[in-house]
Parts: sequence; C-alpha cells; structure tokens
Amino acid sequence: MTAVLARDLRKTYGDKAALDGIDLDVGRGTVCGLLGPNGAGKTTAVRILTTLLRPSGGRAEVAGFDVTSQPRQVRRSIGLVGQQTAVDEVLTGRQNLELFGRLYHLGAAAARARAEELLERFGLEHQGPAKEYSGGMRRRLDLAAGMILAPPVLFLDEPTTGLDPRSRAEIWRAVRDLVAGGTTVLLTTQYLEEADQLADRISVIDAGRVVAEGTPDALKAKLGGDRLDVVVHDPARLAEAAGIVGGAASGPAEVDRDTRHVSAPVSERVQALTEVLAALAAAGIEAEDVALRRPTLDEVFLNLTNAGGGAR
Amino acid sequence: MTTLEGSRLTWALADGWTVARRDLIHWANQPMTVVFGVVFPVMITLAFGYLFGGAVEVPAGADYFTFLMPGMYGMTMLFGLSATMIAVATDASKGVTDRFRSMPMAPSAVLIGRAIADLLNSVLVLAGLLACGLAVGWRPATLQGALGAVALLLLLRFSLLWAGMYLGLLTKDPGAVVAVQTLEFPIGFLSNAFVAPGTMPGWLGAISEWNPLSSTVAAARELFGNQGWGGDSWVAQHAVLMAVVWPLVITVVFFVLSVRLYQRLDR
Repeated sequence: MTAVLARDLRKTYGDKAALDGIDLDVGRGTVCGLLGPNGAGKTTAVRILTTLLRPSGGRAEVAGFDVTSQPRQVRRSIGLVGQQTAVDEVLTGRQNLELFGRLYHLGAAAARARAEELLERFGLEHQGPAKEYSGGMRRRLDLAAGMILAPPVLFLDEPTTGLDPRSRAEIWRAVRDLVAGGTTVLLTTQYLEEADQLADRISVIDAGRVVAEGTPDALKAKLGGDRLDVVVHDPARLAEAAGIVGGAASGPAEVDRDTRHVSAPVSERVQALTEVLAALAAAGIEAEDVALRRPTLDEVFLNLTNAGGGAR
Repeated sequence: MTTLEGSRLTWALADGWTVARRDLIHWANQPMTVVFGVVFPVMITLAFGYLFGGAVEVPAGADYFTFLMPGMYGMTMLFGLSATMIAVATDASKGVTDRFRSMPMAPSAVLIGRAIADLLNSVLVLAGLLACGLAVGWRPATLQGALGAVALLLLLRFSLLWAGMYLGLLTKDPGAVVAVQTLEFPIGFLSNAFVAPGTMPGWLGAISEWNPLSSTVAAARELFGNQGWGGDSWVAQHAVLMAVVWPLVITVVFFVLSVRLYQRLDR
C-alpha cells in the first residue's frame, strides 16, 4: 500500500520552478528520506503534501486522499513537524499538547489524557513554559504535537537541523520508535548520514527534481560507496601515491596538490584500506593521515549531476 | 483516537474559542504582561494630564482630564492595531499558523480566536483606563451614555482587529510591527484626542477631523457628556454617525482583505 504518492508534482512561482515534476512512492510503514541541499524543493514538496501549499501541476495523495480535493481528510491523517519549532513558547508542554488536542477535536478529558501519555513517552515532564526547553526538547514537543492523533503519516521537515549531536540522536530514537509502531514517515534532510540512518528509501532532490532514488545501500553503491582519503607528507610523491590508491579503488583517484590529498571511491572498504597501507609502506611513502569516510553531500551531487542527471 | 463530531459552524466557534483560550493561558502564565498592558495607557494618561495638561488650551469650563480621558480611551483602541499585528505576525513567522493550517480544525478559527482574544484584552485595558479616569476626577454624565460610548470605542477596536490581522499576515514579520507602532502616536496626535483640530494649520486640522479616531473620540465625549471641541465641519457635527460608519468601513475592507490573504497562504 502506498501512504504517500506524487506524480509529476509541480510548483512554479512566476517562471521559476520550485518543484519541476517529482514522483514519490512511499510504502505504508516505511521511512522515505528526501535528501537535498537548501532550495532543492524539499520543503515545497512537504508543504504541498501537507495541504499548506497548492500544487501548480501534477497530483499527490496522502493516506489515499487527494491533497487538493480532500484536504480535510488529509489533515486528519497526517502530523507535520515543520522546519521551525511551531509550539507556543509561553505555554508549558502540557498546555501546548492539550491545546492542540482540543483543536484535533479530542474532548477535554481525552485531550488531557493524550497529553499526559505523550509527555511521558517523549520525556517532556518539565513543568515550565516551552521557552525554557532545550532545542532537543522543543523538537520532541513538536514531534509529540504532530503525534496527537497517532496519524498514519508523519512529515518531518529537517527534524534535526541546528540540533547538537545528542539531541539529534534523541530525535532519531523517537522517529525509530514511531516507525516501529507502524507510522509512515516522510522526512527531509540535508544530511546524508541522517537519511542513511533513518530512511528505507531515499529520493535525492536537486533543483526541484528527483535526481536519484533508491535504498541507501543502492545509492551508495551507485555513488561509489565510501571514499578513501590519504594525506601524503612529501608533495613530490603525490602522483605515486595516487597510483597506489587508484589501484585499490573502484574509481579514479582525485589529487589535490595544495592539501597533498589523494581521494578515491572504494567498494571493499577494509580490503582497500589494508592494500593501500601495505603498498604505501612498501614504497616508503609517508602518509600523514589515512581515513575511510562517507561521500559528502557535495560529492553526491557532483557525482549525480555529472553523471547526466541520474534517474531523469 | 476518537474525535468528536459537530457541524462546521459549531467547530468554527468552538475552535475559535480554543484558539482564544490560548491567549487567556498566556495571561495566566505571564500576568506581568497583562498588568503592563493595563498600566501603560494609565501612565501615558497621567503623564499627559499632569505634565502637559496645564499647557493645553481646553474648552471653557472643562478641565484637561475631562477632555483628555475620552481621547485616551480612543488612543488605547488604536494601540490595539499593533497588538493584533504582532500576535498574527509572530504566529505566521514561527510556523504556528502553518501548524494550525495543517490540522483538521476549522480554518476560520485562527482569525476568530485572534478576534475574541484581542477584544477581551482591550476590554480589560479599557476597564483599567476607565478606573484611572474615575480616580483622576473624570465623570460620565449618564450610565446609558457611558455604555454607548464604550460600545463605540470597542467597535473601533473591532475594526482595527482586521487591519492588524491583514498587516500581520501581509508582513509575517514581528519586526515590521515597529513601523506600525511608530505611526500610532502620529495618527493619535493628528486627531482631536489631545488638542483641538481648530488650533492646527487649516489642512492638518481638516485631516485630523476626518481621522476615524476623531469621530470615535468626539462621539465618546458626546455620549459621556464630556465637553468636546465642537467644530463646524460636517464630520465634526455628525460624530456619532461617523463613529459607526468609519469602523464599519474599516471592518468590511480589512475583513475581506485579511480573509482573502489567509485563504491565499496556499498560493
């Protein structure tokens, strides 16, 4: 079953296309990550899917309801945690959740009980107003407010942007719990790691288009997986080192003379690392640093856009 | 989760009241903000009355407070413009408006709730200022007249609600409120609230007489039985009529504009 479906979804402002025809298929109970840089169209997509914005073209369904012709049914089936923390900062966590509960048309007693339940579940028993909360707590309160009706589909727009690593881990744990309970999640993120951690499938968005789609593993394989970086001590031996790294890599090695850096994609990470270390030692090339790392988002986009636009 | 059933109108009002109650919880959580809101116009009144009062020419037989109080009541209603605007702009800028819009509540409740909450706040502030007036010797002539005057003052506030909502939704920026706040005093001074339009240069006096605030203040003076500036112009002669007409015109124009703007947030 499809929880979120988009076909050729478009949004134009004047002659500028914020969304240039995207397709999405998010299976029920799965997590879909929309990965892309600022201005790629991620938030526009979420705003259309949550009925906040009218599409200029194409169509979209959420929980089986059309976002333009059945907005009320869609709103009853979704929770939205937007980019900003949209809670009332003067109200306490409890007052916020009760208020939103009443606006979701729970009765007074049910709203109170649900607030209680969510406060406990998200670890929000602090008594003071929400403005005293830490960034992570505020986001969790936001998440709790989106979960009041236990909606089948939850939208998270950059849920951890601006959070410290600990708060980020807390949010990730909360999202995993929700997914384990059967909630479908569509999340946007600028962080490859976040998409990798949470998403079952990732759609990479750039300039309003989906440029690649697949499971995190498939995408990484497509992008050449991890990268091996070597910093060479003697610039005169850079070319030699590039030859060694290139020999163990799954793609051509790139050399940066200024930083004495050699970098190449590797598919068998441990084997490649061992080979390169041994070969460097045998050749007597001194390495200042050797590291295995995930490709950065920049590299993902360079790779995808250089490869002729990927899926499209 | 089981949710309650109800007609659209019932929910518009029930949700509107829930949204308004959010402001009432603000009052309870931050009582000092409410106290300051009541004290601010009282301080301005006392400052004007005691500091400038001696220097201002008042109609024969009246003292400055008798003359000033209805002007201050009107000014306080005018201050509500920026109060509404800041509340609406803050919600819009912080994503609270979007959260409401993504929920299955009545869409109109956001505006209805704001109207109820701000009107209640103005009733409170006006009550504080009326008490201040009574304390410094201002007296209404009849209860009936006083109720009429209060009704006209609140009618002006009601009309400015929609102007404030429109400006708040238009700017979506609490910072932009400063511009409106900066204009409130000049608009107030350019009326009959503090001095007689007759003492101003001719063209300024004319603008001042046609200022909607002037009509409300003149009508309030008339109904409170407090001496006014009089004035020979048509608009000054028909203050009570214009104190109804102006707010109705403002309400209709800005109600339509703000509802349209709200509905077009999805563009």
